[in-house]
Amino acid sequence: MGKVLNIQPVSRIEGHARISVHLNDAGNVDDAYMSLMSLRGFEKFIEGRPAEEVPRIVNRICGICPWMHHTSSNKAVDGCFDVTPTPTGHKLRELLQVMAHINDKILHFFFLAAPDFVLGPDADYSVRNVIGVVKAAPELATQVVKMRQLGQMMIDRFAGKAIHPIAAVVGGFSKPLPEAERQAMLKDTQTLLDFGLFTLDFAKNNVFNKYLDVIGELGVIKTGFLGTVDRADGSFRIYDGKQRLMKPDGTYVDFEGDDYLDYLGEHVEPWGYGKMPYAKSWDEGFSLDLENPKGIYRANTLARINVCDQMATPKAQEALEEFRSAFGRPAQATLLYHYARLIELIYACERTLELLNWEGITDTDVRAKVEPKAGRGVGIVEAPRGTLIHDYTTDENGCIEKANLIVGTTHNIGPMNMSVKQAASALIKDGNYDQGILNKVEMAVRAYDP
Amino acid sequence: MGVKTALEWLSSCSGCEIAILNIGEALVPILTEHLDIVHAPVIMDHKYFGQCGDEGEHLQIPEAVVGIVTGGVSNEEHIEVLEEMRKKCQVLIALGSCATQGGIPALMNGQDSEASFDAVYQTPSTDPGATRPDQGVPELLDRTYALDEKVKIDLQLPGCPPNPAHIAEVIISLLENRDPVLPTKSVCDSCPTRREGKGEVSKVKRYIENAEFDPDKPVSDMRCLLEQGFMCMGPVTAAGCAKYGAPSCIEARVPCRGCFGSVRPKGNQMLDMMNALASNGIDFTTVVDRRSIQRFSGAHGNLRPKKSAVKEEV
Repeated sequence: MGKVLNIQPVSRIEGHARISVHLNDAGNVDDAYMSLMSLRGFEKFIEGRPAEEVPRIVNRICGICPWMHHTSSNKAVDGCFDVTPTPTGHKLRELLQVMAHINDKILHFFFLAAPDFVLGPDADYSVRNVIGVVKAAPELATQVVKMRQLGQMMIDRFAGKAIHPIAAVVGGFSKPLPEAERQAMLKDTQTLLDFGLFTLDFAKNNVFNKYLDVIGELGVIKTGFLGTVDRADGSFRIYDGKQRLMKPDGTYVDFEGDDYLDYLGEHVEPWGYGKMPYAKSWDEGFSLDLENPKGIYRANTLARINVCDQMATPKAQEALEEFRSAFGRPAQATLLYHYARLIELIYACERTLELLNWEGITDTDVRAKVEPKAGRGVGIVEAPRGTLIHDYTTDENGCIEKANLIVGTTHNIGPMNMSVKQAASALIKDGNYDQGILNKVEMAVRAYDP
Repeated sequence: MGVKTALEWLSSCSGCEIAILNIGEALVPILTEHLDIVHAPVIMDHKYFGQCGDEGEHLQIPEAVVGIVTGGVSNEEHIEVLEEMRKKCQVLIALGSCATQGGIPALMNGQDSEASFDAVYQTPSTDPGATRPDQGVPELLDRTYALDEKVKIDLQLPGCPPNPAHIAEVIISLLENRDPVLPTKSVCDSCPTRREGKGEVSKVKRYIENAEFDPDKPVSDMRCLLEQGFMCMGPVTAAGCAKYGAPSCIEARVPCRGCFGSVRPKGNQMLDMMNALASNGIDFTTVVDRRSIQRFSGAHGNLRPKKSAVKEEV
C-alpha cells in the first residue's frame, strides 16, 4: 500500500500550509498537494464597519505586507466615497508603499530563502535557517539586519507604525512630510540602493550562477502571468496602473482594475481553504494538469518582471535587460522569482528616491475633503506576493455593505501546487526520499514567497 | 548553549514575528547566543511529523524552556498546537493582541461565523456552486479564542503589533530571572498632546478629516484628539505602543483604536469608552458602529453575534 508524506508546517513562508505527497506502492508520486490551512473571513467581518476605518483593519490580513492592504483598501474607499486624493496625499501613499517593498525583498531573500542557498538545500534543518546564516557569514548577516532595520525604521519614524500602518487615509495621508525627514529618508534610501545593488551582485555570483541547473529544473512549470503596468507606456508599476494578463506564449491583454471580474475567477477545491484565482477570460476553465494546465497564471515578482515592457528606473532597467537576455520573456523557471525579487529591490529604492525628489512631496495639502456615501470602489496595488484587489460597496451611511478581496498570495496557490507536484515527481523515485529532497520540494513553494 | 525556545503562530498575520525582527541589531546576539531556537515555523524547518513527514499521527514540538505563541485560537489545529506548546514549554508567553484578547480576527465573533465562512466562498469572483473546503483542513471552532481561554498562560504581552522593545525586555528578563518591566498605564497617560479640558464637543466625528496640528511643531503642540472631537481610545487602552515619545497612532496624527486592549485586566473597552465619552459630555450614540470599539478584544465573550430582534445598533 502507498503512503502519504505529511510535510507540515511548510516553513520559512509567511502563512500556514501543508504539503502532502501521495506515494504509490512502488514509492513514486501519485499526487501532491499544497493546502492552505487557515481561514479568517476578513471579507465578511468588515461588513457594517465605517469604510474609512477599514484600511486600518484589513492591514491585519498580512503582517509582512500590511502597507499594501492599507493602500489598496484606501484606494477602494476613495472609490466608494468618490474622492480623488490630493496629489501629495497620493504620492505619500505610494512612497510609503514602495519603501515597504524594500524591506520585504531584503527580508525574503536573506531571512527566508537564503539558508537554502548559503547552507545548501541538503544541510540539516537545525542549521538551515537564518541563525545558521548568521553563524556562517556573520559580517554579511549583521549588514543585512542593519539594512532591513534602516528601511523599516525610516517608515516607522515618519508614519508612526511600519507594521499595521494607519497613516494613509481616505482622501490621502494623515500628515505632511517635513523637509528634515525627507532629507533623512534620501540619505537612508541611497544607502539602501547601494546595498540593493550589492545584493543583486552577490546573488548573481553566489546563487544564480551556482544553482543554474537547479533553477532550470526545480518546480518549473509553464503558465501565464498577471501584473500591473503604467497606463501610458507599459512600464513596471506597483502602486497604480492598469492590469496586464499575459498568456504563456507572451501575448497579453490590458484591463482597468474596475473590470477585474470580467477577467479573473476564483476556483475552490475541497482540500485547502485558499481560493485559487484563474484567468476566466481565457475561456478554458481551470486545471492544474502539469502537461496541459488551464486558466493558470502566476503573480508576484517574476510575473511583474515578465509583463512589464521596461523598468521605469535606470539601474533596475539595466538589471532587467541582463535578466531578459539570459532567460527571455516570459521567463518560466520558478526559482527565477528570487532573481526578479532583487530587480524589484533596485526599482523600489530608485522609485523611493524619485518620489522623495518630486517637488510636491513636502506640500501640506495631504488630504482631500471627504463625505461618506454609497458607492463602489476597486483598489488594486501590487503586494510583494502579487496583485492585490480590494473591492468594496458602501451603503448611504458610508459603511461597508459588501466586500470582495483577492489577496496577492492566492494567485499562486494553483501554480504552487503544480510546482510542488512537478518537484516531488522529479525528485522522489522508487520510495527514495530524505529531508534534503523534501526540502527541495518546499523550495519550490518558498520561491513564491507565500 | 542558549535557553531552548519554541515559537508558534496560530490565527495570525505574522506581524508579531516582524515585530520580533524589529528588535534590530540587538536581536543578533539574542538569536545566536542567548536563545536556542528549537522550533519556529517562520524561520526554521522543524516539522510536526518527523523531518520526512512519515512519523506518527500526533504532532510533536520539542521540549523548551520558553514558548512564545502569537495569534488566537480559531480551529482544531490551533488547539492541538497550543496544547502541545503548553505541554512542552515551562514558560508560555502569549505575544500580541490576537493571543491575549483575540485581535482583529475575533471581529468574526460578532456575527454568525458559520454563515460568514460559507459566504467567503460565494463572492462575485468565486465560481458559482463552490462550497467551503472540508477535506483535510482543520475544522473551524464556534469562535476565536484568546490563548488563556484554552490553556494557562504565564505572561501576556499585547499589542498589534507588540512593541519590539518590550519583546526584548521580556526575553532578557527571563534570562536574568526577574520580572519584566512593562507599562501599566493608559495610552492617554503616555500621550504628550495638549489638553485644555472639556470643550464644546458634544458629538463624535468620524475620521474623515485630518486632525488640526502644525506639522512643523512636535506632537506635544497638538491638541488632544478627543478634545478635537475624534473618538480616540487612548483613555481605555493599555499603554505600550510609544516608540519615539508619543503613542504610535498619535505620532501619525491619527486617533487610537485600542490595539493594546483594555488598561484593566479583563476590562471592557467598549463600556469603558462609553463611560469616558459620557463623562466628558459627549453623546456616545453618535459613534457609528459601536461594536468595532471591541475590534481588538473580541475574545473572552466580549463580541457575540447580534440577536436579530435587538435593533439598538445604528
